[in-house]
Amino acid sequence: MTDYRAIYLEELVRVAPDIDPETVGENDHLQDDLELDSMDVLNLVTALHERLGVDIPERDYPRIATLAQAVVYLAEKSASG
Amino acid sequence: MTEDTGTKPASDDGWGEARAMLDGWKGGLNICHEALDRHVIAGHGEQVALRWLGKEGERRDLTYADMASMAARFANVLAAHGLDKGDSLFAMAGRVPELYAGALGTLKAGMVFTPLFSAFGPDPIRMRMEIGGANALLTTESIYRRKIAPWRDEIKTLKLVLILGDEAPDGCVALGPAMAAASPVFETVATAPEDPALIHFTSGTTGRPKGAVHVHQAVLYHAFSGRHALDLTPGTRYWCTADPGWVTGTSYGIIAPLVNRVTMLVDEAEFDLDRWYSIVQNEKVQVWYSAPTAIRMMMRAGREAAASYDFSGLRFLASVGEPLNPEAVVWSEQVFGQPFHDNWWQTETGGIMIANRPGMEVRPGSMGKPLPGIEAGIVEREDGTLRELGTGEVGELALRPGWPSMMRAYLHEQARYDKCFVDGWYLSGDLAMRDKDGYFWFVGRADDLIKTSGHLIGPFEVESALIEHQAVAEAGVIGIPDETAGEVVKAYVTLNPGFTPSEDLEREIRGHARKKLGPAVAPREVVFRNTLPKTRSGKIMRRLLKARELGLPEGDISTLETDET
Repeated sequence: MTDYRAIYLEELVRVAPDIDPETVGENDHLQDDLELDSMDVLNLVTALHERLGVDIPERDYPRIATLAQAVVYLAEKSASG
Repeated sequence: MTEDTGTKPASDDGWGEARAMLDGWKGGLNICHEALDRHVIAGHGEQVALRWLGKEGERRDLTYADMASMAARFANVLAAHGLDKGDSLFAMAGRVPELYAGALGTLKAGMVFTPLFSAFGPDPIRMRMEIGGANALLTTESIYRRKIAPWRDEIKTLKLVLILGDEAPDGCVALGPAMAAASPVFETVATAPEDPALIHFTSGTTGRPKGAVHVHQAVLYHAFSGRHALDLTPGTRYWCTADPGWVTGTSYGIIAPLVNRVTMLVDEAEFDLDRWYSIVQNEKVQVWYSAPTAIRMMMRAGREAAASYDFSGLRFLASVGEPLNPEAVVWSEQVFGQPFHDNWWQTETGGIMIANRPGMEVRPGSMGKPLPGIEAGIVEREDGTLRELGTGEVGELALRPGWPSMMRAYLHEQARYDKCFVDGWYLSGDLAMRDKDGYFWFVGRADDLIKTSGHLIGPFEVESALIEHQAVAEAGVIGIPDETAGEVVKAYVTLNPGFTPSEDLEREIRGHARKKLGPAVAPREVVFRNTLPKTRSGKIMRRLLKARELGLPEGDISTLETDET
C-alpha cells in the first residue's frame, strides 16, 4: 500500500528544505503555516505528479493544502487512476 | 536634471490636470487627505472604500468614513507613542484592513510609510529596517516572534512595535485595544508636496538594497495614472491583486484607487483559481489589475475551468510586473471577453509610465505607449553621454525626469541615485525597443537583476546569504527562464574544503537560504561547481553563467581570468 503521507512529506521538504518534516502538523496549511509561496506549491504539484502519476488540476490545489487533506485526496486520485 | 516639479509654479509644470483632481491640504499636499478625508468632506463618506474578503470566507465593508476614522485612530496611536512628522514606519503583514488604514494613518501623521513583503526572511527585513532607520513597525505576532524578536533590540531607532490583534508579546503594543482607545479625530499633519511619504526598497546588482524615496507630490501622478492607465473612476469596483508589500500594491493597491474614489476589493488569501474566478464574478469586478504569473496559472488551468463563471462585469484588465506573453493577451480576450493590458513601470518611477491604455489598440507582447506627460526614449551609453536610438533598435529604456511620482532619492545613497541620471534622462536598466507606431517592447535587463514572479531580486543579496553557509565558498546567482514565474533564481556554488557535493547538501544549502531570505528570494535550485568563471578582479561573471545556461553566445570574455569547471 502506498504511503501517501511519507511521499507528500518527502516531496514537501525537497521543495522547501527549510521545513523539518517532524514538525509538520496534520492541518498545517502549505502557504499560511508552512510559508510556501505559489511557485513552491506549483513545484510540489509537479513533484507529486512525477512521483505518483496523478494529475492535480489547478482547481484542486486547495485539496492538497494540508497533510491531512492531501493524504485523502492523493489516495482518491490514485484509486480512480 | 533631477529637480522636482513641486517647486515650480503649478500652472506651467504640465501636471495641471492631475492637480485639478485633488484638493490640497493647508497650502501643501497630504496623500491621506486626498485618499480619504477629501471624499468624506465632499459627502461620499458612506461609499464603500474597501471590501475585505477574509481567508475563511469573512466579508467586511469599510466606508470612506470608516477608513478615515481608522486612519485617524492609527495616527493618534503613533502620536501617543511619541512618534512625529518625518519618522518612519515599516509594515509587514497579510492583507487585512488595519494594514491599509495603518498606511494611510502613517501618512496622515506626516510620517513615512515603508511596506515590506511579509514572506521575506529575517535577513532582508533586518537589512531594510537598518537602512531605513525604522522608528515604528506594524506587523503580526507570528512574523514578529519568528523573524524580528531575536534582533529587535539591535535596531536602535525602533521605538514602537504594533502587533495586529488584541494581544502583543512583551515590549510590543497590541493594535486592537490601542485603536479602540484612540480618538477617531486627528488633524492631518500639514505636509509639503516635497515631504517624504513612502520608501520602497528595491534590489541592486551589487551592494545593499536601495530605498527609493517618494514624496506626497506623487499623489498627483497616482490620481492621474489611475484614471488614464487603469480607468479608475468614482464608484468603480476594482481589484488589484498585488500585495501592499510591493510598490504596485501600494501605488495601485491603496493610493491610486482611493484617490479616485473607487470601491476596492482586498482578498486576504493567496492565489486560488476558483476563489479568484468567484470573486471576479460575485463581486462584479469591473477593473482588474494583476500580474503575469497569476495569469499564466489561470491559463494552465485551461478555458474549461473558467467556463461556468460569468465575467460580464469586467470592463478593463491590466497586468504588470514583467512582460505579459502575447498568448496570455489573446487567451484573456477569449476567456474574460477583455484582453489584459500590459503596462510598465518600476519602484523608482512610482507609477505607470508606459501602458496599453483603455481605448487603445492592444499590441500583444508590447508594454504600450508612454502616458500623456511622459517622454520615453531608447538610448545607448557612449563615453558618459547618451545617444538616442531609432525605431527598431534595442537599447536602454529611458525617461525624461520630472513627473510627480519619480523617486527623489535612494536613501543615504546619493552616488547611486546620481548614476541613474545621464544627459537629462533617467535610465531604467531595462532593455527595450520602440516600433514604428510608438509601442515599446521589453527585451531584457541591462544588468544582472532577476525578475521572478514580478519581483526584482538582487543576486548579491542571495549570494551573500549562501556564503554564510559553512559549506559554501563562493556563489554566483542568476535568473533562468521559467514559464510561470518568468525567471526563477538559480545558484552556482563552490564548496569549502571538507565538503562534497550531494543531494543532501544541496537541500541543506537551499533550506539555509530559505530560512534567511524567505521563499520568494531564495534559490529554487543550487548546483555545484569546482570553480566559477571570474574576471581578473575576482568578480563572478554571472552573465557568462547565464549565457551558458541558456546556450547563448558568450559575448566578450576578454576579462575572464578563471573559467568555470
